[in-house]
This record gives sequence, structure tokens and C-alpha cells, in this order.
Amino acid sequence: MFRRSEQDQRPPVQIFVDGVAVAARQGDTVSAALLASGVDARRSTAVSGGPRLPYCMMGVCFDCLVTIDGVGNRQGCLVPVADGMQVEIQKGKREIGK
Amino acid sequence: MTLAPKREDYDVVVIGAGPAGLAAAATAAEAGLSTLLLDENMGPGGQVFRAISSTPVTDRNKLGADYWVGADLVQVLRASSAEVIHRATVWSLDRNLEIAASIGGASAFVKANRVIIASGALERPFPIPGWTLPGVMTAGAAQTMLKSSALVPNGRTVIAGQGPLLWLLAAQILRLGGRIDRILDTTERGNYLAALPHAFAFLTSPYFAKGLAMMREVKAKVQVVSGVTELSASGDGQLASVSYVAGRRRETVPVDLLLLHQGVVPNVNLAMAAGVEHRWDDLQLCWSPVLDANGNSSVAGIAIAGDGAGIGGANAAIVRGRIAARAAVEALAPASAAKLVPMAQLRTDLAKAERGRAFLDTLFRPARQFRIPSGDTVVCRCEEVTAKDILDAVAIGATGPNQLKAYRRTGMGPCQGRLCGLTVTELMAQARGKTPQEIGYYRLRAPVKPITLAELAAVPKNEADVKAVVRG
Amino acid sequence: MSGEYDVAVVGGGLLGSAIAWGLGRLGKKVAVLDEGDITKRASRANFALVWVQSKGLGMPAYTVWTVRAAEAWSRLASELKQQTGLDVCLQQNGGFHLTLGEEEFGQRTELVRRMHNQVGAADYKMEMLPASEVKKSLPLVGPEVSGGSYCPLDGHVNSLRTFRAFHTGFKAFGIDYLPERPVSAISRSGGEFRLTTPKGELRAARIVLAAGNANQALAPMVGLFAPMGPTRGQIVVTERTMPFLPHPLTTIRQTDEGTVMIGDSKEDELDDRALKHSISAVMTDRAQRMFPHLSRLNVVRSWAGIRVMPQDGFPIYDQSETHPGAFVACCHSGVTLASNHAFEVARMVAQGALEPELVGAFSASRFGGAGAANNSGY
Repeated sequence: MFRRSEQDQRPPVQIFVDGVAVAARQGDTVSAALLASGVDARRSTAVSGGPRLPYCMMGVCFDCLVTIDGVGNRQGCLVPVADGMQVEIQKGKREIGK
Repeated sequence: MTLAPKREDYDVVVIGAGPAGLAAAATAAEAGLSTLLLDENMGPGGQVFRAISSTPVTDRNKLGADYWVGADLVQVLRASSAEVIHRATVWSLDRNLEIAASIGGASAFVKANRVIIASGALERPFPIPGWTLPGVMTAGAAQTMLKSSALVPNGRTVIAGQGPLLWLLAAQILRLGGRIDRILDTTERGNYLAALPHAFAFLTSPYFAKGLAMMREVKAKVQVVSGVTELSASGDGQLASVSYVAGRRRETVPVDLLLLHQGVVPNVNLAMAAGVEHRWDDLQLCWSPVLDANGNSSVAGIAIAGDGAGIGGANAAIVRGRIAARAAVEALAPASAAKLVPMAQLRTDLAKAERGRAFLDTLFRPARQFRIPSGDTVVCRCEEVTAKDILDAVAIGATGPNQLKAYRRTGMGPCQGRLCGLTVTELMAQARGKTPQEIGYYRLRAPVKPITLAELAAVPKNEADVKAVVRG
Repeated sequence: MSGEYDVAVVGGGLLGSAIAWGLGRLGKKVAVLDEGDITKRASRANFALVWVQSKGLGMPAYTVWTVRAAEAWSRLASELKQQTGLDVCLQQNGGFHLTLGEEEFGQRTELVRRMHNQVGAADYKMEMLPASEVKKSLPLVGPEVSGGSYCPLDGHVNSLRTFRAFHTGFKAFGIDYLPERPVSAISRSGGEFRLTTPKGELRAARIVLAAGNANQALAPMVGLFAPMGPTRGQIVVTERTMPFLPHPLTTIRQTDEGTVMIGDSKEDELDDRALKHSISAVMTDRAQRMFPHLSRLNVVRSWAGIRVMPQDGFPIYDQSETHPGAFVACCHSGVTLASNHAFEVARMVAQGALEPELVGAFSASRFGGAGAANNSGY
């Protein structure tokens, strides 16, 4: 859906999505990195299990919810990537202790 | 490293670092008032100047001169004595001007003598069939990705909707070599005539020449279909195609990305939860706060500046920020007001910035069928409630959004009605034969954005609080 | 909007709706008069417990009435399901009131003892359990939980869905639900009642005042007395999470949707718009001490509700002597007692007389007569 413009000279950052290494850039939000990566980042909702991807990218739609470093339901569009970050795509309701 | 506010109270607290907030904070600080600027994002700029301090798109011709105005605003702010905290989410503001902000997982509390809410706008909901499918996003989302991360669409991409921002986005995507297959313009034909009385003001405003140039730039490269009256997205678990009607023809195009935009509306949640009175604006089709000429709201000490005060665009937002801050200075330290740009000048600036607005509002007034869906189209994305569900609730007697909430859970999700509220108000108004003003809106309360239980549990408590809860 | 109704129910909350529904079920022609979208609605703000334990200390008849309601609830749930297709998710597998630390455990033990000693509480079945026993039913409790009281009759329900089910059932029974019609005056003439609303007058052979705390103002219009002592309560609710709480607690319950509701406070404040975060802090702090894993969950909403609370905490059911055919009904536990309201109270209203053996103890005459109305400030 998206590709990086040649304009982007920012240093690379490596994150992990469901354990798989994904290349990101410093200053990306987690959601931007996911959408740029081509990974299937669809989460499934806690209500019906229906698939969702980020919609607004500005923190108001809550469709970008993702687990970051073991903490669930983070708004991926508001969190900057960091080296070694562990991102997990969420399926359904938030898990106990996550 | 998380920053806690340096003080417990400030003369002025500004919420939101978009154009209005940047200007307001700099102005208040310039006059010597203790000023705190809280912003949810990683860096300043809000939406219109998103990533202004960090954008990888440094070639100024790509994003355009209007965007780079933001850099000057940020420079002025940074040179001022205003304290700025980013990644601070304000979750509560009350009548006593007590503010709770979540910073790095802990809540900080500050008190203000004056609060200027500059939390801006968000995209108007665009509830078409299939709008919750992965692959459907807002134009603003694409613009954020472009500005923040230099990301451009590279698959089969359709932009649908109307309004100046749509053209700006399209131009920026194309300048960066992104792909747009088709633009579906949903501007209602009848609006051209309706906007005519305002045409002069628009033609003599800065918007006209810029807008025209941008449209030409885009139309030279992308097929534009005008007069689109129906729109829907389909796919099995992922967006696969977009179907539309223009004239009398229906077309379906395969698509990977659909970007929707039909204007922006004030982000009212913080202001409403603070008790600020709002009224329905029938031209802009949204809830606007009731304000005086200085931006003061119905709650003493709370002013609103920027698009949150009513959609006016970036230039108007800057001036409104200055006006609200100057009014705060006049109230708190009148002697210092002399340092600032005189109010009369600011009012002239505002009139100039707002010139042409009525034309844009009229021309780009979104069509009814795109504001009020029917059948299985999802209205409340969080709780997955459809238009039909809402009509069923009206049929058993729901008179307004709050009763509806009790029956069907609309507005109970984390977005607190930001993406369904307007649709609910208008859908119920239509179903009941009432005006949106009569129907009303969700009653909003803190926390206006979710916070963790741990964070809420850590809020200072006294013995009276404990006694009220622990009762054997 | 005039018309003749067998019964006009003033108030469309859980209590009024249950009675109206019950009347419709008996074939009566019913109108429900309700306010509009924004009004103090306890029905939208409650904790949804179907609760027996600790009810009726000081009034054994209330214990009996409560147990009866708990036992009749499954019938209500199944009738609503059959009629409307809506499952109100009634769960009655027992409930807990947990204690933190030894002092609370001691206090609760004392309360249980007093309940057991009360006349008429023989079948009460409320018992104190130590932490080790509690853990068997609630494995995720934290180390500070010292134990709690348990009652197998306790449960909870989706009260909002129950509310919706009643209102959906109105259609099936041909009940007229008339919102945006607050009643400002009631008179009686020619054997019928006339109720004045902003949208005109409504006539009915009988009326039931079920307007919650507003009953205090309405009751004297028909020679009745309903002294109320409302209090405010706050509740906090989280996002959805995987099921972890198989039994409801007095202060924490997990809904069928997966959200976690945490309560509650008792304040003399009567503004349901203002919220005290420090109170939410106490509630959430206790919740995370009871279930440590809750600390990570996001709180998505909080609200305050004004409790419908008769002055002494017990229900008021009365019928007027000066205005025959006028009834008043108000109580705190509109959810727990919904089954009684739907089946018993409706039946008695339809018959034209309250039965002393069932509800005699709840007459307002227990307050010492219709003296000066208590200035509750409501």
C-alpha cells in the first residue's frame, strides 16, 4: 500500500513484529512502520473479531491498537519505534497480564 | 526520559501544539506569563504542521510553502520561555481548571489560571459501506504518513471525497512520486450555485489562487471523476474494490488503498467533558463551542482557539491562538499586554485569514448521503453498531444519543464518539424529524482518552475519598 | 395525546419499565411516560448486580423480598429472551464481597454474624470465606485479599440489555412508550387520573409513580409520601479483556462483553456531571490490589450516577387512600428486584391492590406518616 520515498534519509531502526525482524526508520510511529513494511498487520477486534488496520493515524480512531513490548492496546500511531521493540498484532480481547 | 511539569500551577496552560497552540503559548510566554504547552504527539505541529521539526521531506517544494510556515512558529515557541511537554495526553480538564495529563505512564496534575484548548480538529466521519475494511484510511492519515515518514501510496489508490485538503494531499503525493489512480469528487453540484454569493470574498482571498493551482497540478496527472453521488468499499477481510456512481453510471475499480476525506470537524471531547457549551453549526455541520470574540467559552477561564473553535484553517488558527493568549494576558497581567501585537491588529488579521471561508464551507458542505448512512453500514466503529441498529433503537423510543448509548453501546468505545457522534446525531435527527441541536450529543466525561488502571489508581487520594468508597 | 389507558406508569427506568412490561404481559393497556435523552437515569448508571447478600439488615421482609426476586430472575430472563430474542446474560453462580487485610475481614465477619442472627434470615446462605477458599473460585486474586463474604444466590446481569429488552417488549405488548413527557401535575376526577405533560394531557384509570428520586415530588400529588435520600456513586469501566472473573463482586464485575466495571462510591454530592478522580483512584487502587493483573488495563470511561435511594434504604411500595388507583414504587435495587416488579408488583397493580403479606412492610407509613417532605436537595 505504501512505499518509502527516496527523500527519506533517516537512520534505520529494527523492530520485531510477531518475532519477525522488520526494518523501520527513526521517527516512524509503530503504525507507520507496520504499514510501510508490507507485513499483514491486521488486528481483529474485541467485539466481532473483524479485521482492522489503522484508519486515522492521529490517535482518534483506535484501530491501530497493537501490543508493544508486552503491553497491549497501545495506540501504535502515537508510539515512536525503538531498536529491538517487540510488536505483536492483536487478536480479539486484551489478554490477561498483557 | 519522561518530563513532568516543573510547576504545579501556571498562568496559562495550552493544550495542543498545532498552529493555534504554538501561537498561543508563544504569545503568553512573550508577555511573561508562566506558560505550559502540552501536546500528545512526538513533536510540534498538530495535524497541519505535522512533523514540522522532523520531517524527512526536507525539499520545501514537495510539501509547499504553507506547510513550512509551521517551522517559524516552532522557532518562535522554542525561543520563548514556554515549557513544552510532548507525548503528554491530557485526559481531564474541569471547571476549576485542574488538568490531568498522562506523561510516560504516570499522571501529572497542574492547575491553571487560564486554559487555552487548541486540540484542533479531526476528519469528519465518512460512513460508507465497507469503511472499516483494512485499506480504507483518511486523507489525513495518508498526509501524516507522508509528512512524518515520507511514505507514499504505491498500490492501486483512490482518493474520494471533497474539500481543499483532498487536493493538497493529492498534490503532495504526486510530487513525491506516489501513485493515485483516480480521484472521486463528491462535491455536490448544487453547492456551486449555493456558494456563488460568497464567491467574491473567496476569489480575492489567498485560497483561490493556491487552490486553483493545486487542482490544475493534480488534474493534469490523475483522472478526476466529479459529481460522485454514491460510494462503497468492498473486500473480504481487506479492501479489494471501490464502487461509485457518477452521473447515471456505476463503476467499480479494484483498489488497495482508499483515502476518504470530507472535511474536518472540531475535536470536541476535551472541551465538552470540561463542561464547555457547544451548539450545532448548520453550515459546517458540526458542534462548535459557544465563544466570545476572544475565544472565551462558557466555562470561566477556558478559551478555545484554532479549528476546535470552528473550522477556519491554519492561518485563522494562528491568529485565534494569539487573540486567546492576548486576552489571557489582559486578564492576568494587563501591563504586559502592551508588548504584544494590539488586539485591533489581530482582529484585522483574523478577518483576512477567514476571508473566503464561507465560500469553502458552502461549496464543500458534504452531501447528506455521505453523512447519514443506512442499513448495515457501520456507524460506531468501536462497538460495531450499524445504521439499522440505531434506527431500531429509535423505534423502541431512544430520543437521543445517550439513550441510544444505553441500548446499543454506541459511543462506549475508546474513541468516545469521535468517529460516530456526528453521524449518530444526524441519523437520529433525520429519523425523528428533529434538528441536530434538539437531538444533542453524547455526554462526555473524563478520561477523554484511556489511561491505565494503575495510573488512575495512583492519583492522590485523601481520607474522605477512602471513606466514600470503603463501606464495609 | 389523550387516550384511555388502564395504567400510566410515570418513569421509564428499570423499575417503571419492569412494572409496565409486567402489566402489558397481563394484557393491560399501558402508557409509560418518560423524560428525554438527558436526565438523571439510574438505569443507565448502575452496577448491574442481582444481589442478595447483606440485603435487609434491619428489615427481614426485605431479605425475603430480595431472595424471592433472585429466584424469579431466571424466569424473567427467559421470558425476555423468548419475546425479544435478547439474551440479558443473567449469571447467578454466587457472588463475593472481598476484603483487603485483616481489619476489613473482621468487619465483614461481624456483618455476616449480624445478618445470620436476624429473624427471618435462616435461609440466608451468606458465609465468610478465608482467602484460601476464595482463591479456589477466584484464582487471580492478589495477596492482599484476606477473604470475603460469599452468597450462592448472588449474581449479575447485563442491565442495559435488560433495559433494552423491556423497551423492545413494550412494542410486542402494545405498550405506548412516551418519552420527553415529564409529568408536572396529576389530578383525579371522574374516576380517572389526568397527567399533565409538555406534550398534552394523558388519562389513565390507574397510575404508578416510578420516577425514582422524583417520586418524592410526585407522590404528594396523589396523597402519597415517598421520602428519598439520594447519594451519588461513581463507576469506572475498562476496555474488554479475556474472561478472568467467573463471579461478580460487590465492587468488581466483568460483563458479558468482557469489560470490567469497578465501583463504587457513596457521596452526598448530587451533581452527576462532576467526577472526583481521587475517588476513582481509591476504587481502582482497591481493584488492582484485589486482582493485580488489572493494573495494566485501560480505563475507557467513568461516570457518576445518582442512586435512587429511599430515605432508609428500603423500597417504598404504597397505594393511595385519597386517590384510589394511584401507586408509588421506588427502590434502590432496580436490577435485583426487576423480576418482582415485572411479576408481583405488576400483578398487584393490575388487581388494584397491594398485598400486605408481600409488600406491607414497604409502605411509607413506616416513616411515621406523610410529614414535611425530607429536604434531600434532589
